[in-house]
Amino acid sequence: MIRYVVKRFLMLIPLVLCITFVVYGLMSLAPGDPASIMLPSNAPQEQKDALNHKLGYDRPFLVKYADFVYNLVFKGDFGISYRTQQPIINEFKTRLPISITLAFTSLTLAACIGIPLGVLSAVKQYSLLDTIPSVMALTLSAVPSFWFGMMLIYFLAYKLGLFPSYGMGGIEHWVLPTLTIAVVYAAEILRYTRSSMLETIRADYVRTARAKGVAERTVIWKHAMKNGLLPVITLLGSSFGAQIGGAIVTENLYNLPGLGTLTLVSINMRDTPTVVATSVIFATLYNIILILVDLMYAFIDPRIKAKYSR
Amino acid sequence: MKKNRRQSRAIVRLKEIWRRFCKNRIALAGFIVFMCIMMVVVFADVIVPYEMTEKPSPPDRLTPPCAEHPFGTDEFGRSVFARIIHAAPNSLFIGFTVSFGSLLVGGTLGIACGYFGGRFDNLIMRFLDMISALPGSLLAIVMVAVLGPNMRNLIIALIVGHIAGFARMCRSVALSISEQEYIKAAKAGGSSDLRIIFRHAVPNAASTLIINTTMSISGVILSACSLSFIGLGVQPPKPEWGAMLNDARQYFNGSPYLMVIPGLAILITSISINMMGDGLRDALDPKLKS
Repeated sequence: MIRYVVKRFLMLIPLVLCITFVVYGLMSLAPGDPASIMLPSNAPQEQKDALNHKLGYDRPFLVKYADFVYNLVFKGDFGISYRTQQPIINEFKTRLPISITLAFTSLTLAACIGIPLGVLSAVKQYSLLDTIPSVMALTLSAVPSFWFGMMLIYFLAYKLGLFPSYGMGGIEHWVLPTLTIAVVYAAEILRYTRSSMLETIRADYVRTARAKGVAERTVIWKHAMKNGLLPVITLLGSSFGAQIGGAIVTENLYNLPGLGTLTLVSINMRDTPTVVATSVIFATLYNIILILVDLMYAFIDPRIKAKYSR
Repeated sequence: MKKNRRQSRAIVRLKEIWRRFCKNRIALAGFIVFMCIMMVVVFADVIVPYEMTEKPSPPDRLTPPCAEHPFGTDEFGRSVFARIIHAAPNSLFIGFTVSFGSLLVGGTLGIACGYFGGRFDNLIMRFLDMISALPGSLLAIVMVAVLGPNMRNLIIALIVGHIAGFARMCRSVALSISEQEYIKAAKAGGSSDLRIIFRHAVPNAASTLIINTTMSISGVILSACSLSFIGLGVQPPKPEWGAMLNDARQYFNGSPYLMVIPGLAILITSISINMMGDGLRDALDPKLKS
């Protein structure tokens, strides 16, 4: 078991290094240099060259890349951003908590809505309690999340004035972005839970539990849940990982200073070090979460645990 | 003679699938709506000429929906109705090209990996792991930014992002099929690899592939629209639903219809495809029906 986990973590290192190479390479192919984008367009060429030189942008690709990797691996340092000319790590310190909070709160909310409704609609299959949530989930899974967010802004923020529609501040600023992400994910979680529970409640062991005279509530929420929720946990884990970096559109819509906005701005400004650094952060967090999900499987399901120890 | 019999058997099977599909009312509704959208795509120029999407008419700017402009006009006085209609071909083209393109590329890779296994399998799958280790749309966004934002590059970027998923799916399908008795029988009978793949494996994998490809179309349309929404997709003045929503953001307090209508267009398109996909899944593979 421990061997397996250590191996998975060690595999992360070459993976992340490959990613830095691909992203760095792609960004270097992009047309335009940081100085021409940052300085006004009528700035003299010498001034642009001087700035590019100062940023270290005019060095050959391999030198720049090797320098970046050297700093990352041996000093644990992401280097200096072209755009702000500050250490990139400072930017992460304020932005990463925002992205993680947003991903965490919205997925927790989505799970709290999606899982119970999914179980309910599986248990009461073909009744109204099944049809209504299922049709809603089918509709919501086709809704573009940014449009849903715009509708929330229009009705809840603009028409009713309940919540602020942009920026940071108290809890009320989090309501709309969280809802935007949560509702769309809740629909997906509901669909997953429903189909996996439908399969589980027909399993032989569930019938045995019923035959033994176990109360229906215990059968569903204890016996069936354990197996029925396994695929949902995978979905939640990978969505959480994806959402940390994937909230680019939502953050853009609500003007939240998270990692998503940073990525978008940095790509547009040709700020290669920052783009690569965010990719490293995303890929590392995403894969650590996937490993944790696998570990959680082993704790929930003794059969899987047995497989690892072999 | 033999060929004829095989053909008629295929027709019988298709008829049976169609019958099961029609019994599912939600699926049939989705199919009808989708056919209407396809009609709009085909006859877009007949319904309203393309020039209408570009023709600015300043006195009419930001007119709410009325008899002359069914969906109102935007900030340049262009007809929103014309722009919605002429954006449909773009979105559907992206959806279909990306889904079938990544099915073709990912499917070939995945089936080859599953069938041949070994070092080839390992190499390709590790590479795909790397691509999918970048979450969400990050890779697509970087690629569009590098290649330059336009429709062709958007399609390329989205295909690259979708290959890994299709390859994994096809690989697992190929693995499960290659364990089946009839493949072993064909091998024992001396059939060549290519013959086994195309004669036996592909037809048996077809229903899974068709279902997953159909289901992915709506997801692709949604991601294409969200990339256009943040300015990294189809560029204005070309009409595109996501880009129209982005423009509408500045005018939402005075002209809410500007952001309601393109969103509804995306919603109706993708929901009809999802409904059709669900029905197709139940019709093609009754075993999967829960």
